[in-house]
Amino acid sequence: MRLTQGTFSFLPDLSDDQIRAQIEYCLAQGWALSIEYTDDPHPRNTYWEMFGPPMFDLRDTAGVMTELEDVRRTFPGHYIKLNAFDSTRGFETIRLSFIVNRPRHEPGFRLVREESAGRTVRYTVHAYAADRPEGERYE
Amino acid sequence: MTPVAPTDDTLDLGAALADSHVAEVLATLDAELIGLAPVKTRIREIAALLLVEKLRMQAGLSAGPPSLHMSFTGNPGTGKTTIALRMAEILHLLGYVRKGHLVAVTRDDLVGQFIGHTAPKTKEVLKRAMGGVLFIDEAYFLYRPENERDYGQEVIEILLQVMENQRDDLVVILAGYRDRMSRFFASNPGMSSRIAHHIDFPDYAPDELHDIALLMLGQLQYRLSPDAERALVEYIERRRAQPNFANARSVRNALDRARLRQANRLFSRGGGSLTRDDLMTIEAEDIRASRVFKDPAASEAER
Repeated sequence: MRLTQGTFSFLPDLSDDQIRAQIEYCLAQGWALSIEYTDDPHPRNTYWEMFGPPMFDLRDTAGVMTELEDVRRTFPGHYIKLNAFDSTRGFETIRLSFIVNRPRHEPGFRLVREESAGRTVRYTVHAYAADRPEGERYE
Repeated sequence: MTPVAPTDDTLDLGAALADSHVAEVLATLDAELIGLAPVKTRIREIAALLLVEKLRMQAGLSAGPPSLHMSFTGNPGTGKTTIALRMAEILHLLGYVRKGHLVAVTRDDLVGQFIGHTAPKTKEVLKRAMGGVLFIDEAYFLYRPENERDYGQEVIEILLQVMENQRDDLVVILAGYRDRMSRFFASNPGMSSRIAHHIDFPDYAPDELHDIALLMLGQLQYRLSPDAERALVEYIERRRAQPNFANARSVRNALDRARLRQANRLFSRGGGSLTRDDLMTIEAEDIRASRVFKDPAASEAER
């Protein structure tokens, strides 16, 4: 099951040239880019690991792309996303965020039904990948 | 397989030149920077090479991206930083760097304070400089042979790697004093061989310094009285003979102090009206009050 989230969740994965164009746009807006990665695909997992500090004061895409190549080399089988942070007063938040790398095989989620008091059923979404320890989930 | 273009096709060099605006930049370089003939020749050559490479590419001839890393050597105040700024502009106009900004750093910005601090710090600076020019001032400080555990070596290794692999992403310019830079290159042959252009900045001749002074004053909208003009010539002559002479920088400092004295002279006149001319003119006494005109021992402290 293909995990989707962020700005371009409805589109197929962006190619490197398309990523470059997005970065170019972000830099032109004066946003700072940062890279995050995770191997826990749960939709409620909002806080991913940072790959280095956010990149402030960059002028050219090459800087971000170098970093992106670096993280892809380090975590080839992880989810990786690019965030663009807008420091303008009033925004001071992420303006754009999209996935730039995903594991080759995404096994998806199991729906767990828990019977509780009375006839109540509680639902849990459980990622198959999360059965394995962190760092070994997508080989 | 390189594409073969028709051989009788002529390419318009004039149009390409006009298109790149490089002639304008070179003209302002000539007008605003005095002296430095060898430097200007070299910049002209580089600009010409880049333009011809571009035309070769259009004609379908092979055109490897030329290595543009440079080293600027010369005494203090010979215009290394100024030229680096211009260089970024020229390279941008010719389309060899995408953004054309200059990131000026020194050892402190690159070398970390503990193990594992240097690499991220250097990489951050490199990322900021991408698409432009990285100017490393006093680059010889990066290498400290007396301390083998110095982190400067790590910076040099990272730099070398990026200079080799990401030639189209950034241009590195190393600058420093001549003798120390040659020692630096002697102990880092890898660095020396990756730098295509070693440009030496000569010291200014006295009349060039005089022209520089007049140019600076013109930009600040000051002028010299005829007496002050003579005093300035004499000042430059004396100052050059003294230790710690820093070419154009010394001249600028001298002019700043002359402005200070001029202001004080006008101030201490008390009442009375001042004309526009008074405000603009630097008199001989403003220059002659300098320590340079006193006994040599006293002027030792002045830098």
